[in-house]
Amino acid sequence: MQEDFTQPIVIATQCYGTFAARILWLIPAVPMMAAGAIALLKQSHRKSSALLAIGSLSFSLFLALFEFAYVVSGWAHGGRTLETFNFTWIQTGASNVELGWVLDPLSAIMLVMVTFVGLLIFIYSTGYMERDGNYTRFFCFLSLFAGAMLGVVIANSLLLLFMCWELVGLTSYLLIGFWYQKPSAAAAAKKAFLTTRVGDVFFLLGMVWLFAQSGTLLFYSNGSGSMEAGALAGLLAQPAAFGLTAAGAIGTLIFAGAVGKSGQFPLHIWLPDAMEGPTPVSALIHAATMVAAGVYLIARVYPLMRDGALNGGSTASLSAVTWVGAFTAVFAALIAVAQNDIKRILAYSTVSQLGYMMAGLGMGGVAVGMFHLITHAFFKALLFLGAGSAIHGCHEEQDIRKMGGLRSDMPVTFLTYAIGMLALCGFPLLFSGFWSKDGILEAARHWSVAKAPFYMLVFGAALTAFYMTRQVAYVFFGHWRGQKPAHESPAVMTAPLAILAFFAMALGLIGTPVWPWFRAFLEGRAAGFDPRGLAEPGFLALMCISATAVFIGLALGWRLYGDRSPRANEPDIAEKAMPFVWRWLRDRLYVDELYEATVIAFYRQWGRAADWLDRWFWGGAVDGVARIFREWAKLSKFLDANVVDGCFDKGCDELSAGGGLLSRAQNGRAQSYLRILALAVAALAAILIWSCRA
Amino acid sequence: MSGFPILTLLTALPLIGAAIALGAGRRARGVALVTALVSLALALAVWTQLPADGSIGLVERAAWAPSLGIEYRLGVDGLGALMLALSAIVTLMSVDAAHRVHLQPGLYFALVLALEAGLFGSFTALNFFHWFLFWELSLIPAFFLIKLWGGARRGPAAMQFFVYTMAGSAALLVAFLAMFAATGSMDFPHLTLLASSGELEQTVTAHLGPVMVWLTLGVLAGFAVKVPMAPFHTWLPAAYAEAPSPVTMLLTGAMSKMGVYGLLRIAIPLFGPQIAQIRTPLLVLAAITVVMGAWSAAAQKDLKRVFAYLSVNHLGYCLLGIFALAVPGTDAATRLSQAAALNGAVLQMFNHGLTAATLFWFVAILQQRTGGHRGIDNFGGLRKPAPVLCGLMGIALFSSLGLPGLNGFVGEFLIFRGVFPLAWVAATVSVLGLLVTAAAILTVIEKVFWGPVAEHCAGFPDLHGGERLALAPAIGLMFLLGVLPRLVLDSVNPTVTNLLAHWRF
Repeated sequence: MQEDFTQPIVIATQCYGTFAARILWLIPAVPMMAAGAIALLKQSHRKSSALLAIGSLSFSLFLALFEFAYVVSGWAHGGRTLETFNFTWIQTGASNVELGWVLDPLSAIMLVMVTFVGLLIFIYSTGYMERDGNYTRFFCFLSLFAGAMLGVVIANSLLLLFMCWELVGLTSYLLIGFWYQKPSAAAAAKKAFLTTRVGDVFFLLGMVWLFAQSGTLLFYSNGSGSMEAGALAGLLAQPAAFGLTAAGAIGTLIFAGAVGKSGQFPLHIWLPDAMEGPTPVSALIHAATMVAAGVYLIARVYPLMRDGALNGGSTASLSAVTWVGAFTAVFAALIAVAQNDIKRILAYSTVSQLGYMMAGLGMGGVAVGMFHLITHAFFKALLFLGAGSAIHGCHEEQDIRKMGGLRSDMPVTFLTYAIGMLALCGFPLLFSGFWSKDGILEAARHWSVAKAPFYMLVFGAALTAFYMTRQVAYVFFGHWRGQKPAHESPAVMTAPLAILAFFAMALGLIGTPVWPWFRAFLEGRAAGFDPRGLAEPGFLALMCISATAVFIGLALGWRLYGDRSPRANEPDIAEKAMPFVWRWLRDRLYVDELYEATVIAFYRQWGRAADWLDRWFWGGAVDGVARIFREWAKLSKFLDANVVDGCFDKGCDELSAGGGLLSRAQNGRAQSYLRILALAVAALAAILIWSCRA
Repeated sequence: MSGFPILTLLTALPLIGAAIALGAGRRARGVALVTALVSLALALAVWTQLPADGSIGLVERAAWAPSLGIEYRLGVDGLGALMLALSAIVTLMSVDAAHRVHLQPGLYFALVLALEAGLFGSFTALNFFHWFLFWELSLIPAFFLIKLWGGARRGPAAMQFFVYTMAGSAALLVAFLAMFAATGSMDFPHLTLLASSGELEQTVTAHLGPVMVWLTLGVLAGFAVKVPMAPFHTWLPAAYAEAPSPVTMLLTGAMSKMGVYGLLRIAIPLFGPQIAQIRTPLLVLAAITVVMGAWSAAAQKDLKRVFAYLSVNHLGYCLLGIFALAVPGTDAATRLSQAAALNGAVLQMFNHGLTAATLFWFVAILQQRTGGHRGIDNFGGLRKPAPVLCGLMGIALFSSLGLPGLNGFVGEFLIFRGVFPLAWVAATVSVLGLLVTAAAILTVIEKVFWGPVAEHCAGFPDLHGGERLALAPAIGLMFLLGVLPRLVLDSVNPTVTNLLAHWRF
């Protein structure tokens, strides 16, 4: 299963401007147009807005499936499809700024995932948001999001990707703050936008640097794109600071953008707060698709990050990706253990899983990271929608200590949630999460730089099983601790759950060592069916390790929390054992407080300092000069009366007589300014005449 | 080139309109609207008549005072024509926004039109005397507009504005008199030609001694006040805040561009090598303008002061682009970066004018509805009673933030694309401005639009049909230029190429 990831991907011959590539733009454009149309609808047109949104995304799904089938058929004929369509957006000097779209296995599979998961969540939303007053606005934002996200996926230009990336950030902001009257939602939206923008300004720097170095921001352009051999060779030859090559420095800057968007440490703080948005938004944007955009970005610029690696080694930028990912995976899983909000637990779990994806990219290559991205999209969307269903059933209660016993009240939700939970835990063999996580662990075991990430990720796996068991035990087992009895959600919400649950199990099939279809598809190799893949000794050992970790987590979680019904005010059972550690984890390791005390405080102080400087320092200096001018004006008034004849004064008088108000407002100063002007012009004329003669 | 004197007509038209408006009393706004509309049509006609190679076209020449080096010489290239269009658009918006002028409407609109004439004159002049006349002429209506129709503290604000700008002008005047004394010419194209061969410096030094650096500083000071560049910007918040909002639209939308335009038409062409020598301190000041402007905006409580400082920040990007490109290198990579930075700066001028004017328009609307309130904390939850107002103002705010898909992004991207290879430290420091700007703007949205509806905002009237119709073109233009910046850049880029070819550093 484990290949040396530096081995080049089978390169296809590039095709330019084929029909399949030409129509790619429709996939993002149609939902965007739908968003525009919905924006013009009245609030009362609820049905039409939902129909427009769902219809347009269905159309995109249909097109995405067509593109996917097209790529698969090309692959069946023995080639890795790489088709582009580029055009000049603007011209500056002698160079063109080009945009374009690309169709390759990577974008094809993302397109299908985003449109499919998106569509299910759109349908679910019609039920979840039924009673919301801003129903049409919700579908407007959702459609805009879908369009922007699909734009990120098809972009063949880092600039176009960045533009759509920012639009995705905007829709995320609008949707987190959807219930804008809640101050907490408003604050969370702002925090999300600004935190991701911290990453984005580095991304912007990386982008302009790449543009300056390689002369283009297109990824692929018949050999002259920035991700192709010619440009990469130039970037590798160019030294930058700190012993990095230009390629390494640019790659690291771009990775900073991904850190922001994908909630990696230290910019992870916005993602848990983003749960202030409606639950379908948490599922679609803050679990399945947008946060994965950072991972997708790294996969897109992978040639830039990979090149320059010594055989089997790593590059500076890939090492950064790996370490940040592995650290985040454990860090967030630890915090998730001590949270009590059902969505916050899932949010920290998302942060942690995104760390797995990053680590997978860093150590195992595109296929490893992307496989986890795809499986995670399905089971995490499932978990969030299931959580939404539970919240809905419990009358908008989100505290897991106030739920309980839902397995009998909400059987469909329970069954599907359990599947999602086992997939997330990586329960062996049956669930997709197991296979995708094992791919990452396998890569970590073979990583030549260090072994620590492997142990960190195994530990993270045990933690994941533990906190998910805790959550499920609290929510679905024990007895009901709420006020009004819970109820199952309508079919429009449970049907998407069932479909997602199916994929949460079945998707594992395409990424097993027996049939590594996914990897082969992405890399354009033939996918052979080989039962011996499972029997490989190294793989068996790894399976045992990861399964043991999962079982330890499950067993410990069940032992501590299974079938108990603690009251909400009762301290958690683990809290009793280690109150200090628990408090730290519950308070999210005080990262927010740290930022509040440093970055935010600095921001406020500087604001005050800037204002003070302006008002008193510079302003004072100017006032001083102005005072001199005023004295001089007085003097000039005196001189005027004697030196310059009365003509100008007369003109002024006429002017003041003409406008009643004018004369009232004039306290003498206005005339003196005019006099200054007149003097200046007179001086100009005098000096001109003098210098002419000279 | 002879033919129809469209540029003279363009400058004369607002003056004629002003004369009519002065006597039109209550109908003055109608007169002003018609004049502004016709001016816009003419400015757009000029835009379509530009020579394809980016050189100066539509030239009109006539002897004026030959012995003094004064010639009546008009002409525009892509830069000038873009500024004409911007001035016409902003004037139209300003007149549109000012429909509650009860005191002396005739005089008010006459002054607005006179200001427009000043703008047109200075953006078409190719001779220093002519240019300076209009540069000063535009100041007088602006002064009276602030002084007579402004807010509570209008007196000191107007005075500071006027005196400060006059001080800058004096420096400019002295510099040009020295140039004239040395070369006997006040003609921009001629002086540019002398400068590009290095002859200008030799002649001036031969006649007046080593004063070139001082002249450079004088000219730069004149423009630094006008743009403004830190630390010469302190007149701006007071003037923008105290001026009536429609006048602020003119001040920030069009008049601030006179400074940047002057840098591009006068300072860089004539004093390229000197500016290249002091490039590092200039870049430091530009970065300070960007970063501290944003930070000051974040600290303000008055919406007009927030937007005033955001203007400082946004024009700081123009300064950054312009100073960064002042490097002597002539290799292909440098050329490309210079072209990107200059295209970006010119586009940013237009984008800032459009966006800032629209933002102040929204302030005017908010003030009308609340009897003059404009503090960030005076509102709350406006989105509930006034969703359309908040939606459209939100678009304008995000345009100011530099969101891709709207106009603001393209200019900033091109500026950073050009500046990073030429001055990476300045670029890296300045991205901080992007971040802090976003924080300031999102705070406005959070406090004004979001949160629980403030009690006195419950019955806040949303935009009515007429206002929506009036604002729609401005908002539409933001989208249009965000998606198709070619509409502007296709005419700007040849001019940029042409300018760079004539500049020597």
